[in-house]
Amino acid sequence: MAKANGKHTAETTKDELLQYYRDMLLIRRFEERAGQLYGMGLIGGFCHLYIGQEAVVVGMQAALKDGDQVITAYRDHGHMLAAGMTANGVMAELTGRSGGYSKGKGGSMHMFSIEKAFYGGHGIVGAQVSLGAGLAFANKYRDDGKVCLTYFGDGAANQGQVYESFNMAALWKLPVVFVIENNQYAMGTSIQRSTSETHLHKRGISFNIPGEEVDGMDVVAVREAGKRAVENARAGNGPTLLEMKTYRYRGHSMSDPAKYRTKEEVDEQKTKHDPIERVKKMLIDAGHSDEAALKEIDRDIRAVVTESAEFAQSSPEPDPSELMTDIYIEA
Amino acid sequence: MTQILMPALSPTMEEGNLAKWLVKVGDKIEPGQVIAEIETDKATMEVEAVDEGTVTALLIEEGAQGVKVNTPIAELSGEGEAPAPKQEAKTAPAQPPMREEPVKPRPEPTQVSTPTPQADPDIPAGTQMIKITVRDALRDAMAEEMRADDRVFLMGEEVAEYQGAYKVSRGLLEEFGPRRVVDTPITEHGFAGLGVGAAMGGLKPIVEFMTWNFAMQAIDHIINSAAKTLYMSGGQIKSSIVFRGPNGAASRVAAQHSQDYSSWYSHVPGLIVIAPYDAADAKGLLKAAIRNPNPVVFLEHEMLYGTEFDIPDVPDWIVPIGKAKIRRVGADVTITAHSRMVGLALKAAEQLAEQGIDAEVIDLRTLRPLDTDTIIESVKKTNRIVTVEEGWAQSGVGAEIAARVVADAFDYLDAPPTRVHQVDAPLAYAANLEGLALPNADKIIDAVKAVTYR
Repeated sequence: MAKANGKHTAETTKDELLQYYRDMLLIRRFEERAGQLYGMGLIGGFCHLYIGQEAVVVGMQAALKDGDQVITAYRDHGHMLAAGMTANGVMAELTGRSGGYSKGKGGSMHMFSIEKAFYGGHGIVGAQVSLGAGLAFANKYRDDGKVCLTYFGDGAANQGQVYESFNMAALWKLPVVFVIENNQYAMGTSIQRSTSETHLHKRGISFNIPGEEVDGMDVVAVREAGKRAVENARAGNGPTLLEMKTYRYRGHSMSDPAKYRTKEEVDEQKTKHDPIERVKKMLIDAGHSDEAALKEIDRDIRAVVTESAEFAQSSPEPDPSELMTDIYIEA
Repeated sequence: MTQILMPALSPTMEEGNLAKWLVKVGDKIEPGQVIAEIETDKATMEVEAVDEGTVTALLIEEGAQGVKVNTPIAELSGEGEAPAPKQEAKTAPAQPPMREEPVKPRPEPTQVSTPTPQADPDIPAGTQMIKITVRDALRDAMAEEMRADDRVFLMGEEVAEYQGAYKVSRGLLEEFGPRRVVDTPITEHGFAGLGVGAAMGGLKPIVEFMTWNFAMQAIDHIINSAAKTLYMSGGQIKSSIVFRGPNGAASRVAAQHSQDYSSWYSHVPGLIVIAPYDAADAKGLLKAAIRNPNPVVFLEHEMLYGTEFDIPDVPDWIVPIGKAKIRRVGADVTITAHSRMVGLALKAAEQLAEQGIDAEVIDLRTLRPLDTDTIIESVKKTNRIVTVEEGWAQSGVGAEIAARVVADAFDYLDAPPTRVHQVDAPLAYAANLEGLALPNADKIIDAVKAVTYR
């Protein structure tokens, strides 16, 4: 079975692997379809695809219990699907329709589901880190045993409020896990050009926050590191910083041709490190599944995604009366 | 059969050049495979297949220029592929409804969606009035609400062990303990965001800024996180949070510590903005703010903290948000003011009375939602208005009031609306320059004389 950081071997059942395969494939097929709808002009504004990074959210979600919260920035479609939000609701928000999670008023970068404990979807780089520390503060205040998973990217890792939040989270031992999705490019700027210490898991050292580097293309390694960090937080020992080494195959957003990196670099990741292919190989090598059965899963997922694309076009635009709602709550 | 359409690769792209085909008729293709290169005015982009299948036709030749977005460029066939989503007839998004409505005489601000405020509670006959400072009134408001609701807590710099930089939180740590009275590091951006996160998580934080000047480091969370998220989440994510602290000029602390943020925050839909003058309003409005389910910016004034006022000795004193208070009834001119400026306006009114000018003084109390009705009714009676604020004139509270008065009571005006405000410069340290810069009773009197042609 897969190794987590080379430290120990993790047991993963057939059902778990099949679940990870399904969950990651759903994200990939969903994002491919979102890219297509964007190309057709059905999705407006900014659209940041998660293709390549699927193992991070699927592995981390496997480390959570019901009620644990998730918060992230704007490359968020994968996080929402991993949290159990419906493809229909997410896709309809992308097209700005009333059936979307924010009734069409938030768009790609701003979606939420209290039911699934997903707290956004935030458009300001780094803001979600302070907000996530606050959700964890509320957990500790109520002593309800919940943990908040707070994601940010290698770009956000240079924002000041991230360190303000690290300080308070460690000082008050807040039940939060900080997950850096290091896909190596902050929009078009490589980590080497933006960051003095590129081993981002070390960024917590001066706050006494333990850090761990994780192969973010390996869903089992992610899950194992996630379990350690989440349980540590739940036990009252405060935050852990997990640096997920990952890679996005697409540009920063749909309008980014990604000319700041070579085709060879991208191909190397796609052909040698793809997180979905890795699980596929594990399933077949272990005799858990075969090409035909996995193809069947793909077919089912594509039907779900196709339905979401149709829902996202048939769901009506928000009623004009929605223009002036949700500004204040009636006291 | 599935058609592949010319994709839009940016929010503004309408057409592009099909630079290169990377597949040919008869090729089997997989999802994610790069099939073509498209040139836009900005860059060359790769197009990836979404569906699997066999290419049956390339409809647009390599090298074609100006291919419109959504033109079919190729066709695929294959078994079991998911069909491309049917594209609806390209409906233009519905016109923004405002354009279709007839021009209204009343401007936008009347759409602010807060409940109609109630009048101040009646004070029962025989109620004793007690003297209390604004500082202690604020403290009592927090203590009463913390006793009533465990979700309410106070956080900020020096609020606990030091007892408050301005002693507003005196005694709270002793009563409520460190779980609910939380000293923070000097980290405004971080603890403002942490407070909003705690509010999203269901608590009711009171976030104290040592002064509102320091909150400029935190303004992103006040506006982008607290004020906008209810809307952006379609009503799901609530932030019941109070940001409070002293606002405006103290005395001789120079420009970086002396700014009035009234107009900044009152600009923003999603926020409630309150700026009380006396102790009764400080207490009653702070209690209302803490109970309110929306984010509230509560602007206090350091120069008033030590001032004593009468306050009715009744349990659970609440003052409604969104309702101005007529502090002095008059017939000749309306003066609006908030926070410390109310005291200056009342002083000016007394002196004006001696000169035979009867001024009506309106204490705005809440800046958002602004009680336009009370102002308009007053102007219809006095036919003149002078606005007073501590901040700068441009895009200020007075500018907003003048615009509303001109829109709603134009025919009643006998003089142009006139503003009293800080001069258009950063506030100086030198005592004489500071005095020249800020509003005072004499400047208000001069403005009133100008609009009454005296």
